Amino acid sequence: MMRSVQTGLAHAAVYAFAALAALTATSLPGSAAEVKVAVAANFTEAAKEIGALFEKASGNKAVFSFGATGQLFTQITQEAPFEVFLSADQKTPKKAVAEGLALADSLYTYATGRVVLFSKNKDLVQGEATLKEGKFDKISIANPATAPYGAAAVEVMKKLGVYDALSPKIVQGNNIAQAYQFVDTGTAEVGFVALSQIIKKDEGSRWVVPDDLYAPIAQDAVLLKRGEANPAAKAFLAFLKGPEASAVKEKYGYGTGVVASVAKKKELVPAQ
Amino acid sequence: MPEFEHLWSPIKLTLELATLTTILLLCVGTPIAWWLARSRAPWKEAVAAVVALPLVLPPTVLGFYLLLLLGPNGPGGTIGSLFGLRSLAFTFEGLVIGSVIYSMPFVVQPIRNAFEAFGDRPLEVAATLRASDWDAFWSVALPLARPGFLTGAVLGFAHTVGEFGVVLMIGGNIPGETKVLSVAIYDYVETLQWAQAHVLAGGMLLFSFAVILSVMLVEKRLGRIGR
Repeated sequence: MMRSVQTGLAHAAVYAFAALAALTATSLPGSAAEVKVAVAANFTEAAKEIGALFEKASGNKAVFSFGATGQLFTQITQEAPFEVFLSADQKTPKKAVAEGLALADSLYTYATGRVVLFSKNKDLVQGEATLKEGKFDKISIANPATAPYGAAAVEVMKKLGVYDALSPKIVQGNNIAQAYQFVDTGTAEVGFVALSQIIKKDEGSRWVVPDDLYAPIAQDAVLLKRGEANPAAKAFLAFLKGPEASAVKEKYGYGTGVVASVAKKKELVPAQ
Repeated sequence: MPEFEHLWSPIKLTLELATLTTILLLCVGTPIAWWLARSRAPWKEAVAAVVALPLVLPPTVLGFYLLLLLGPNGPGGTIGSLFGLRSLAFTFEGLVIGSVIYSMPFVVQPIRNAFEAFGDRPLEVAATLRASDWDAFWSVALPLARPGFLTGAVLGFAHTVGEFGVVLMIGGNIPGETKVLSVAIYDYVETLQWAQAHVLAGGMLLFSFAVILSVMLVEKRLGRIGR
């Protein structure tokens, strides 16, 4: 009895292995190529849509890894297999170029992001007064050491002179996605998130932080050394500049290209 | 020259968390281990399995449920409101609750084994000497199970020190409150401050080695005395 169970298990294992091998074989690059892209967490939703459009247009597949910019950079310095890097700042891709990990001539600003103070409570966020009064228990931000959106949040609070008063209430998400998760689940009542994360939602209350309170978040893309020989990597970067990608970026509230153009987009602030 | 003065805060916090968790686990774990060792209830192994779950569950599963449990909409919010807190997530207390669950099997299992190891005989003898159950527990069972308690306490302490995934999900990385050692190391690595990461990670390596070695030596020694 025991024996037959064992042989049965062994057979099952062999079949499973064969099935796995078959799956792997079909996903090997034949006609279509693959590009591995490291993406800053704020750009998650937009990247997924752009990836789908890219696949439809070119037949190539973009595989995304999301994380905080600093985290992704650390991985890149340790030979992570990424070919394209969509950062949430300009500093980090420049550093990648300086360290010989990326190609200088591929560097460009693919999006300009904005920081929003957001709460699920529809009355809580009423402009900077909310921060000055501090009538909340916890405020969530992304880790300022690794996430540019977190650094921007700290900059805003410092500029308003509320950072010291609020710092005991700050909780940090590992990246901007977790910072938003804390707010969305209500574990933190308010939080600084990326406009792209909440632009499609009607609920809650929000304050799109004006540009004079922080340096606008220009986000640079760069071709990494590992992607140099992969035509799909270059094709993806080119696609990211194109009109289809720009439409997606605008839908998520990103400025495309020039920083000043974002500042004028007042319609990004939903009617109260 | 890298700065090292921030290293102490996560170390201190981690030691506080692990100490408190271990004390609580000895209080909560001992009756559970006792029951698991002595009970004849048919469903006791089911209870044992529940206690052992954190051994196999990914920390993200625990972290996810704890986030719901401790958050403002869960029981944690209700309990927290008694103390003027909105939620138990992002608090030291929340980490203690998480750690007690997470490290439970490491404390309960060795104690249960120790209780089972000496069998019914010593307790029967105690009963013939007219010791009450309570008395027999304190003066017979507990001393006999001493190696199990020691192993359980050390493993529970060490496992809490090594906790990472759960803290990352329910902690919120607050210095002095929830930024424990493992999270501090993660932060240093992610921001390429490797000098600091080396100090903490190297320290953890030595600490863990010392813990495991001392458990082995002490068990060997106590085992010999017991016999």
